[in-house]
Amino acid sequence: MDYVIIIISSIFVNNVVLAKFLGICPFMGVSNKVNTALGMSGAVAFVMVIATLVTFYIQRLLVSCGIDFMQTIAFILVIASLVQMVELVLKKVSPSLYQALGIFLPLITTNCTVLGVAIEVAGKATYGPAEAAVYALSNAIGYGLALTIFAGLREQLELSEVPEGMRGVPIAFITAGILAMAFMGFAGLA
Amino acid sequence: MSKLSILTKGLIKENPALILILGMCPTLGVTSSAINGLGMGLATTFVILLSNVIISVIKNLIPDNVHIPAYIVVIASLVTILQQLLKAYLPALDESLGLFIPLIVVNCIVLGRAEAFASKNGVVDSALDGLGMGLGFTLALTVLGAVREVLGSGSIFDLKFYEGDGIIGFVLAPGAFLVLGYLVAVTKKLSKKLDKKEE
Repeated sequence: MDYVIIIISSIFVNNVVLAKFLGICPFMGVSNKVNTALGMSGAVAFVMVIATLVTFYIQRLLVSCGIDFMQTIAFILVIASLVQMVELVLKKVSPSLYQALGIFLPLITTNCTVLGVAIEVAGKATYGPAEAAVYALSNAIGYGLALTIFAGLREQLELSEVPEGMRGVPIAFITAGILAMAFMGFAGLA
Repeated sequence: MSKLSILTKGLIKENPALILILGMCPTLGVTSSAINGLGMGLATTFVILLSNVIISVIKNLIPDNVHIPAYIVVIASLVTILQQLLKAYLPALDESLGLFIPLIVVNCIVLGRAEAFASKNGVVDSALDGLGMGLGFTLALTVLGAVREVLGSGSIFDLKFYEGDGIIGFVLAPGAFLVLGYLVAVTKKLSKKLDKKEE
C-alpha cells in the first residue's frame, strides 16, 4: 500500500517537472520531438534509479562519519562519475541501448532531477533501499510522462500561428503552465 | 569590451534567466514571493561571483581534459560554504529555499559563466561578469516573484495591500510558468529596443 502511495503521488500529484520544477532545462531543450523526449526519459530513469540507490548508502556513510555537510559535494561527484560509468558499461554490454540513449547520457550530469531526487531521498528518514528505488523510478516515470506530453503539444504548436513576440520560448512556457494546471487536478488523489 | 558593459550586459541584454533561458529550476521553483526570489538571486550571485574569481585565478593550473570536473568541485565547495552560512545566520531563508540551495551546483548559469567567461578572462573582468550575471538573475527572480506575489497573495515583499486571498494559481506551479512566459516575451522586446538604440 505504501508503494502505491509513493508511485501515485510522485507520478501525478508531485510531478517532478510540473509541481517540483526539477529538470526544466532539458524539459525545454529536448522536448521538440516525441522520440527525443522518450530517449531522454529512458536515460534519466536508468541513471536516476542507480544514482539514488548509490547515494542512499553514501548518505548513511556520511552520517556515520559525522560529515553529512559534505552531502552536496559527495553526491555530485558520485553522480558525475556514475554517468560516465553507466556510459562505458552500456557501450560494452548493450550497444543497441547505448545507441538509443547515447547522446542523452552526458547531459544527465547537469540534469537537476537526478541530484534533486537523490537529496530528497537522503532527507527521508523512514525510507529503506526498496522505497528509495521505487521513489526514484516513479519520479523518473513522472518526468517521462511530462516530457512526452509536452513534446507532443510542441509538435502541434509548430504548426499553429503564434503572435511574433510570443514565438519560441514564451509560448512554450505558457503551454507548460496550462499543462501544470491540468496536473493540479490530480491533487485530490493524495 | 569596457568594464561597464561587462557589468551591465547581464541585466537585460544577456539576462541569464530571461534571454539565455538558463537556470530555470530555481527561477520557477522558489519565486512564489518576491523575498524568496531576492534571496535565491543573491545566493546564486554569491556562488557565481566567487566561482568566477577562483576559476579565473586557477585556470592555468587545471589540465584541459579534467577542467569540467575541477570546476564542478570548486562550485560544489562554494555551495557547501553557502549552505552552512545560511543555516547559521539565515535559517528562515534556508528553510524556504530548501532543496534549491544544494541545486545551485547544477545551475547551468554558474558552470556556463565559468566555461564561457572566467576560463578565458582575467580576475577583475571575471568578477565583474559574475556580479553582473548574478544581479541580472536576481533582478529576473525578484520581478517574477513580485508579480506572482501581487497576483497570488495580494501582497508585495510581505506587505499586504489587499484583504482576502489572491488568485491561488499564481502562487502554485502553473502561475510560475505563465508569468515567466510573459516576462520572457517582454524582456526580448526590451533587449531588441536596446539593440536598436545602440545602432
